[in-house]
Amino acid sequence: MLKDITLGQYFPVESLLHRMDPRFKIVFTMLFIVMLFAGNSYLTLVIGAVFVLMAQLLSHIPLKMSWKSVKPILPVLVFTAVLNLLFIDSGDTLWEWRFLKITQGGITTSIFMICRILLLIVGSSLLTYTTSPILLTDAIESLLSPLKRIRFPVHEMAMMMSIALRFIPTLLEETDKIMSAQKARGASLDSGGLMQRVRALIPILIPLFISAFRRAEELATAMECRCYRGGEGRTRLRSLKAQPRDYAGLAVCLAFAAVSITVNILR
Amino acid sequence: MSILKTEGLTYTYSAGTPFEKTAVDHVDLEIEDHTMVGVIGHTGSGKSTLMQHFNGLLRPTSGRILLEGKDIWADKKSMREVRFRVGLVFQYPEYQLFEETVYKDIAFGPKNMGLGDTEIKARVLECADALGLDRALLKRSPFALSGGQKRRAAIAGVMAMHPKVLILDEPCAGLDPKGRELMLRQIRDYQRRTGSTVLLVSHSMEDVAEFTEKLLVMSRSKLYCYEDTALVFRRAQALSEMGLRVPQIASVMGELRRRGYPIPEDVYTVAQAKAAVLSCLKGGSEAC
Amino acid sequence: MNASMSDMIDVQHIVFRYPDSEDDEGNPVKSEPILKDVTLRVQRGSFTAVLGHNGSGKSTLAKHINAILLPEEGRVLVDGLDTADEANLFAVRQKAGMVFQNPDNQIVATIVEEDVAFAPENLGVPPEEIRRRVDDALRAVHMYEYRSHAPSQLSGGQKQRVAIAGVIAMQPDCIVLDEPTAMLDPQGRQEVLETIHRLNREQGITIVLITHDMEEAAQADRVVVIDDGRIVLDDTPEKVFSRVEEMKALGLDVPQVTELIWELRQAGFEVPSEIITEDGCVGVLEALLRNTASGPDPDHR
Repeated sequence: MLKDITLGQYFPVESLLHRMDPRFKIVFTMLFIVMLFAGNSYLTLVIGAVFVLMAQLLSHIPLKMSWKSVKPILPVLVFTAVLNLLFIDSGDTLWEWRFLKITQGGITTSIFMICRILLLIVGSSLLTYTTSPILLTDAIESLLSPLKRIRFPVHEMAMMMSIALRFIPTLLEETDKIMSAQKARGASLDSGGLMQRVRALIPILIPLFISAFRRAEELATAMECRCYRGGEGRTRLRSLKAQPRDYAGLAVCLAFAAVSITVNILR
Repeated sequence: MSILKTEGLTYTYSAGTPFEKTAVDHVDLEIEDHTMVGVIGHTGSGKSTLMQHFNGLLRPTSGRILLEGKDIWADKKSMREVRFRVGLVFQYPEYQLFEETVYKDIAFGPKNMGLGDTEIKARVLECADALGLDRALLKRSPFALSGGQKRRAAIAGVMAMHPKVLILDEPCAGLDPKGRELMLRQIRDYQRRTGSTVLLVSHSMEDVAEFTEKLLVMSRSKLYCYEDTALVFRRAQALSEMGLRVPQIASVMGELRRRGYPIPEDVYTVAQAKAAVLSCLKGGSEAC
Repeated sequence: MNASMSDMIDVQHIVFRYPDSEDDEGNPVKSEPILKDVTLRVQRGSFTAVLGHNGSGKSTLAKHINAILLPEEGRVLVDGLDTADEANLFAVRQKAGMVFQNPDNQIVATIVEEDVAFAPENLGVPPEEIRRRVDDALRAVHMYEYRSHAPSQLSGGQKQRVAIAGVIAMQPDCIVLDEPTAMLDPQGRQEVLETIHRLNREQGITIVLITHDMEEAAQADRVVVIDDGRIVLDDTPEKVFSRVEEMKALGLDVPQVTELIWELRQAGFEVPSEIITEDGCVGVLEALLRNTASGPDPDHR
């Protein structure tokens, strides 16, 4: 169950999008998000959808994977839609019951919101599907490197992030195991009132924390043994180098943004 | 009398996806009361998955599990009751310790059973003694204990529920030879004293040869056999094809037998081998 | 030339104790030394097993070879470099790589090859050279096909081989392995042992294997037994294991075949004592049985 949280798991296949510079991919994603939220009409959504579809095709990521990243947020989606549906009061009233009212405007807005969130999730998960977490951290490190001048610990932050990513599957598996072990001792995790449920978490959280600290300590020793001494003088197996394809991608992306902005203004 | 019985037990992971895998495939099994059972099999043979079915942590995709004749999934509400009767100790159980004191940790299971304080106290002391945990340690924090002591405290926590069946997954992993030997002795003594059934999952053929009466062998998701330990070790060839080996002694004796020396077939411990060789030397072939 | 120049590791009379602890009332308790005057020389290219029960001090000794711990008395030289000298720290760690027990807690990166690259990256090796070293190291442990896998997709034995590759990428002269197989199943254990024996044989890497498993120790060139912070036995595996009573008194096992031969000797039979393999045992027993009336029974042939 816990292992099903795959939002942002790298999906290793060969594709143009996989080979692109992760720094550029982050910039594309940012541009895309801005484009999506600045847009105020269905036409901008269509432009966004075309953009995502194009990226999806170039990424060789099966559509099923995108569905997998959407699935966990479905409840949020439904919740947002229902709120919009019931509380937006504009246009013709189609149905009314006491204080609840469904209007033409409500329907349009909820559909608009759903489409926007769907595009957001599918688009941004393409970034994490096509980029290994370590490249992603490298890219963030590289994009943030100007902050080094104001003594911001960019390398350390990136290292912490990549270690966190490395240990997520390990700790999830461990949580599963501890839960089973405590259940076998008769701990009931899914019954009783709120306080009881919170109390029931203690037998899981304490072993989990202790184990995480033990792992951290052992990992630190192992890193020292492999001559780790911070970011100073460190080289990389893969140094990020922008290729013509990255600039081409940037051009395409900017073109989409320009079209989207134009549509926004003309409307 | 049988205590645990399975009928066509099958378990499939991620059914309906490309990752679909049948981990346990039509297992029919009947385990007797008062028995020390060794569970062996290659990693991924399905033995751990099978063990997690016995106390209801996993629900079979098809088939049934009967505990003392009753289907454990017949009434979902009684599942906790099942877990108290079939105790499961996971690998590296010391990582599940969480209480302030060793005493409280061992008492966690019995407390969940709703037992009274006097009864809990009696059980905690009994199980600490059974595993050789000094009573002075009971008021210490479990995290202040040595590795071996933590392991014992965790096992005591399951024993204290007085399960009819106690399943231990590699209880000796990471212990040194002396610690192993002691732990296995304590588990066997516990089994004999309480008359319960113990299932000992192990990778060490030497350990199961020494300490168990019957062996449950899993191979490629199927039950290969459930037989007397002595009978299983005669099949050195079949075992090695499953990626298992026989104890060193069993393979040496097998080789001598192949070369024509009259060594009986059920020799798989050092003591038995010594007796067999001596009897050959003394009495000639008619004694063997 | 000084004899010690050819030693990979030269441990000279080291004493070590962990910081003082407190008892239940909070009074300081002077801790007992974990290592009490340990002296050990390991020759370049050799395969040494260090055997001892839990708490004997064997892991503490291992951590001294890599300058994770520094001795209170005495000194440790790795390829002639004193581990206590701050200036030697990275040279020592590069020359003597270390592999730990828990495969999960020593893999840093989310992709196999990135993890193998970690040490050369730290050493400031140029990228093309890192690439070459990573590929070579992964081939050496037979994990090249798994280079783009995530560690969580690997078995314990595979993870441990990746950890070994991560050390090899530093191009060390020596690898110290601290119970590398304690958490593995028999297959993983076999994979790891085969790998380190191959590295020793083919690349001449000095191996120091810390273990409490006698079968692993039996395959080494030399077995050093440590007990209560002292080296108590130091010889070939045949010689060490044939001292069955001493080994048992130390809380250690001997191979079953060695024990059987020892039992027969106790019963008064003149059989050779230094037997640690199944083949050797079969040979000895056959010789013994052939000389008696009960020799091979023609009907069993």
